[in-house]
Amino acid sequence: MTKRIIAIPGETLFEGEEYIPGEGTEKRKEKIIALRYGLVENNKNLIRVIPVSGVYIPRSGNVVIGKVENVTMNGWVIDITTPEGAFLSLMEVPRYVNKDDLRGVLDIGDIVAVKIYSVNSRGIDLTTKLKGLGKLDKGIIMQINPNKVPRVIGKEGSMISLIKEETKCKIIVGQNGLIWINGDKIEDELYAKKAILYVTENAAMSGLTDEMKEWFDKNKGEIN
Amino acid sequence: MTEFKRPDGRKINELRKITAKVGVVPNADGSALFGFGDTIAIAAVYGPKKMHPQHSQNPEKGTLRCTYNMLSFSVTERIRPGPSRRSQEISKITEWALQPIVMIDDFPGNVVDVHINVIQANASTRCAGINAAAMALAHAGIPMKSMVTSVSIGKLDKQLVTDLIKEEEDWEEGEGPTDIPITLTDDGKITHIQLDGNIPMKQLMETFELAKEAGKQIHEAQVKALKEAIEKK
Repeated sequence: MTKRIIAIPGETLFEGEEYIPGEGTEKRKEKIIALRYGLVENNKNLIRVIPVSGVYIPRSGNVVIGKVENVTMNGWVIDITTPEGAFLSLMEVPRYVNKDDLRGVLDIGDIVAVKIYSVNSRGIDLTTKLKGLGKLDKGIIMQINPNKVPRVIGKEGSMISLIKEETKCKIIVGQNGLIWINGDKIEDELYAKKAILYVTENAAMSGLTDEMKEWFDKNKGEIN
Repeated sequence: MTEFKRPDGRKINELRKITAKVGVVPNADGSALFGFGDTIAIAAVYGPKKMHPQHSQNPEKGTLRCTYNMLSFSVTERIRPGPSRRSQEISKITEWALQPIVMIDDFPGNVVDVHINVIQANASTRCAGINAAAMALAHAGIPMKSMVTSVSIGKLDKQLVTDLIKEEEDWEEGEGPTDIPITLTDDGKITHIQLDGNIPMKQLMETFELAKEAGKQIHEAQVKALKEAIEKK
């Protein structure tokens, strides 16, 4: 892997007509200027800056994990660690909901896996009409830096499927940095947690999936 | 003209030793430490987060809120902790110095909080604070048009010098001291300038050249610290 370029706000990344500014960059005359701090990605002359720090910014299509903050007349307000509150309408729950008994479906304090289907000026709209989403009533929750989520998932899910396989746990990684782990035994869950923490600590390492295979061979379910 | 002697033996355009570090406050979304010699400031950035109280939310664009604070042990004689007239003024000035570069319009109803704490002071604390804040904002992943560098240029009697220390701020010979803190963007545009004293117009133009020169060195240190923070990981 080539050495990655680090972008500093205001820095000229590339010069020339052929480059197209992507996320986190801006075109001034013929220069591509970085607007954010992060790593530079050059995909066929489309320049992007991938942030390495900062808060989670919600995008439509993201699967996130949140906590029910409030129950209203026609849905639930869910805290997904964003400044904006997110709303899950009762139309977006794939089962019959009695309007008088919203709390019977999801109560305040419940943890849910949800998908963001739109982000607009009024707020964030959520849905659970997908396989695997909905209320999470078993297992453990852990929190990591949201910028490290791509590493935990890996290329096309390679990392997370490796962890799932090795620890025999069900895992949902929320893009907001919250991770739900559920296994048969609490030891399995803690082992998965330890593995994920190892990934986040070594997020910048290249060939991390191979490194994790070795890590699993070495640790063999050891949780301390 | 005879050689001008500064109390600490520096050249007229020489900065004090710069210390710059990123990620010093683990619980903040972004943080940085910046120091000119004995002057050290720590900046911590939180947000964007929902503005509270609700009535100060701006539905059109986000808000930048800076708080400058000098810790009671930062100077030789203990200062009363808490906000003072001076710290409120510097908070506002820091805000104005940073506002032109921070692209905060995309976060309506939200606020980005910048807390600057001076842990050790020997003049130029507002400049160190702004430099630290610029680094901390970048570290927090806030979109910015450019970085900013801040430096104080002084006029001691008739001589212009870069980066004042306390001893020089209290200069007593000749015309006395004039302190001019200047904040510049990467391409040399001014976002903040203050002037405490008096200076002829011609000499004021010279201070910009000195500030630009010093700004380059500060920018280098800021960039180095930010790059090292990723490379080390």
